[in-house]
Amino acid sequence: MTGHLGESGAPGVDETRRTLVEVRDLLVVRGDRPVLAIDHLAVAERETLSVVGPNGAGKSTLLLALASLVRPSRGRLVFKGSLVEPSHELSYRRNLGLVLADPLLLDASVFANVAAGLRFRGVPRSEVRARVADWLERLGVGHLANRPARHISSGEAQRVSLARALVLDPELLLLDEPFASVDAATRARLLDDLEALLRQSHLACVIVTHDLDEAVRLGDRMAVVVDGRLRQCDTPERVLSAPFDEDVAAFVGAETRLPGRVVSAHEGIALVDVGHCRIEAVSAVQPGRAVLCCLRPEDVTLWSMDGRGSGPGDVAWRLSGSPGTSAASAPPRFVSSARNQLPGRVSRMVSQGSLMRVSIDCGIPLVASITRASAADMELEEGEQVVATFKASAVHLIPRTG
Amino acid sequence: MGALIDQARQLLQGLVDSDLVEITVLSLAVSGLATAISLLIGVPLGTLMALARFRSRGLVLSVVNTGMALPPVVAGLFIAFMLWRSGPFGDFQLIYTPLAMVLAEVIIAAPVIVGLTYAALGQLDPRMRLQLLGLGASRWQTIWWLWREARLPLLAALMAGFGSVISEVGAATMVGGNILHQTRVLTTAIVLDVSRGEFGQAVALAGVLLTLAFLVNGVLTWAQLRGPHR
Repeated sequence: MTGHLGESGAPGVDETRRTLVEVRDLLVVRGDRPVLAIDHLAVAERETLSVVGPNGAGKSTLLLALASLVRPSRGRLVFKGSLVEPSHELSYRRNLGLVLADPLLLDASVFANVAAGLRFRGVPRSEVRARVADWLERLGVGHLANRPARHISSGEAQRVSLARALVLDPELLLLDEPFASVDAATRARLLDDLEALLRQSHLACVIVTHDLDEAVRLGDRMAVVVDGRLRQCDTPERVLSAPFDEDVAAFVGAETRLPGRVVSAHEGIALVDVGHCRIEAVSAVQPGRAVLCCLRPEDVTLWSMDGRGSGPGDVAWRLSGSPGTSAASAPPRFVSSARNQLPGRVSRMVSQGSLMRVSIDCGIPLVASITRASAADMELEEGEQVVATFKASAVHLIPRTG
Repeated sequence: MGALIDQARQLLQGLVDSDLVEITVLSLAVSGLATAISLLIGVPLGTLMALARFRSRGLVLSVVNTGMALPPVVAGLFIAFMLWRSGPFGDFQLIYTPLAMVLAEVIIAAPVIVGLTYAALGQLDPRMRLQLLGLGASRWQTIWWLWREARLPLLAALMAGFGSVISEVGAATMVGGNILHQTRVLTTAIVLDVSRGEFGQAVALAGVLLTLAFLVNGVLTWAQLRGPHR
């Protein structure tokens, strides 16, 4: 991790790719309140950058700033190495395709909507006709060409809006919550199609979303914006496994966040005192430092007292004592590769579709996410005694002051 | 009642041969020209108010709203004062001319069109402008497409503007003088006829006025109904 923003060159992303667009020293003020302050953010050619964050964090403002559609108090927008001057905004914008959360279709036919951007650019009629027809077809809305845009469904409208941006053959596609206004099934199909399109094409894309799954799936890199600031920008894997600060950790779903202090460090494993117990974590944090231990619920495995577990069945697990003898008094010790094993009691179970979110009181509060099938298999119930296990590598330590 | 209508018909017959056509044409010309000039002033101004951010926006809006409720006689008084022979523009000798009437009616119609244009564009989603710019529209292309989006309420603004001047009588009398063959229009002629007790003639003229208003608004309404909202 380099720099105080937690930005780093992304492994897996071709380092030789040139920067397409970047913002520097950006400050956007609304009223007297700064809504967005970003020191530096760059988008490389052919890269998809997903921008995530809570509602009202400034994500959409960032997207509009990238489109040169907000007047910042200060800041520079650089496209292909040259500054975007106010007098060149139009020619800069003609490199973009913009799709907003609501399709915002014009009160005209579907065809006229998709043709609008090409007409702005003075593209000859015959070429407009061919390109529009092509993109309507590619997004599966070719049959709607002559329909009034007001009379199509929201899912179709969002496809038209996407076609309207893509038909321009933009170098940078800017998407602001493009699937916010459609139902779940439509969204899943749109997401599939968009993913395929981004993979085929050579365009760079910035997609703003509050949906972490979307962001992880589409993004080569992921930028987390909280309270108008860029907190972390890295590969989705890195952001999820090593959030830069507590807000990022909370946003990316590290539901267990325990304050503690490192008591010892040995061979890359830090032992952290979190109050009622100690947790081992793979970390280089030095002893004496105050830290926040972050743990994702899907990294926690639960075991019932008779040895049935929520983890993968092909791992060899066994009780160190004979089953059933020690359940009430001393908790059994598992022989496992997971360094952390905490006995506790299930305090709450919440169904989340095919998953169950299980809160466990181990003296410290833990959250585990297990499949509904495993919960049924373990006959898990609230109040039941369990052992929670997780690997030292699953625990991410964030150094804190104090 | 039957006798009145009969009388009106006879007079109408007489008027068609004499002054009615002239009065009607002048009415249409003055109102049409005043509406056209008001559109040229009002639509850009209303658009500027709706899209531009400036400090004295609230003040300008209050002035426009006051203008929309401006009593026509006040507009007439103002133009009469300006064009009076001893007034600031007296040398142009415009008082009691059709042009004076047009000027007074522009003052009446322009605020209506500014206000309704502002409202028409104000009811569009503010992000539509961003979306158009984001698709690469220039400033003028953006404004053109926003007008196109708001075409139905803009048509309503046109109808309201025309309606306010074709039916106007106070200012027309004050600055036009209701001079036969020069500045007599339908409304001022009706007022004169009623004051003389010539109700039959007044009813005939009112019939013509109503028919004109109906025809013009009918055409505009037809255009509105053809809109893609149907």
